[in-house]
Amino acid sequence: MTTVVQSHHSAFRATIPVMFGYVPLGIAFGVLFAELGYSWFYATLMSVVVYTGAAQFMSLGLLAAGAGAIEIGLASLLLNVRHLFYGFSLTERYARARAGRWYLIFGLTDETYSLLTSTPTRDPSFDLRVTAYNQGYWVIGSTLGAIAGGQLSVNTLGLDFVLVALFVVLTIEQALTLREAHPFAIALFSAGVAAWLLDSEQLLLGALCIATVILLVDGRRRHWPQRST
Amino acid sequence: MASEVYLILVIVVMAAATFSTRILPFLLLGGVGRHPAVSYLGRYLPPIVMTLLVIHSLKDVPLTEAPHGLPHAAAVGLTALLHLWRRNALLSIGAGTFLFMWLQQTGLAAAA
Repeated sequence: MTTVVQSHHSAFRATIPVMFGYVPLGIAFGVLFAELGYSWFYATLMSVVVYTGAAQFMSLGLLAAGAGAIEIGLASLLLNVRHLFYGFSLTERYARARAGRWYLIFGLTDETYSLLTSTPTRDPSFDLRVTAYNQGYWVIGSTLGAIAGGQLSVNTLGLDFVLVALFVVLTIEQALTLREAHPFAIALFSAGVAAWLLDSEQLLLGALCIATVILLVDGRRRHWPQRST
Repeated sequence: MASEVYLILVIVVMAAATFSTRILPFLLLGGVGRHPAVSYLGRYLPPIVMTLLVIHSLKDVPLTEAPHGLPHAAAVGLTALLHLWRRNALLSIGAGTFLFMWLQQTGLAAAA
């Protein structure tokens, strides 16, 4: 019983920064969505079944322009390609959640991935709670925004920094746990190359690809040379 | 203007596209099993992704015009220092965000 309560408490605690990020961001999405003229209900539906911040914001402009569903689908695919890199660290961990892993995989956002990979635990209910809380914040935010429209007037200027701060803290956590410099050096190098070669929109995905190639070449040389055929 | 059939179709297509990017690695890696390359990537990708997400979220901060990214630098600095000192995530994130909002809302940094 104590462990259940602890897991519940620590999962909620871990997601508090995401709450301060997702609720206002969701509200912003809902407000813009309401301007399209659809019922607020569809903003909620989208956040429940699609659940991806960047692509949902992107879809607003395309919906307003009446773009084709295939075109919007392809654009969402491209915006979300970075998710392909997230599975590597979570396959075994998610298998422990049995049927729950389908929801864990569905709800794998940047922020959820960051929280989970920075929190070593063998308790699948922690993973499920973190994922569900985070989606809950997003759904609540977008619903509020779509219903209230522009009537909400809390001054949240600068609150979006909360997700930057979350990533900063989790990067430090990764460094303190790992105690190895080379992944960070690879990340900085890859970001530099991507910034030089690509435009700013493709920096994240480009740098991820470069970093993966470096990791594979480096790992093959140092860690499994005898097993490679 | 709003055709609900069109909107529902778009939502279904977006859901399928997004879910496929999330599930694909899990389907692919199921067959690969425990190849050392997979566990190697699994171990070292998280710190790389985290560093890249920090860079990604700061890449559009304008440096050439006032306030020259100073609020971001101050808030990131405070967050990082507090975290190295106390290692309390809520404290570091709360203080950094509070400082950033204060700098933005008072316009103090813009005047500097």
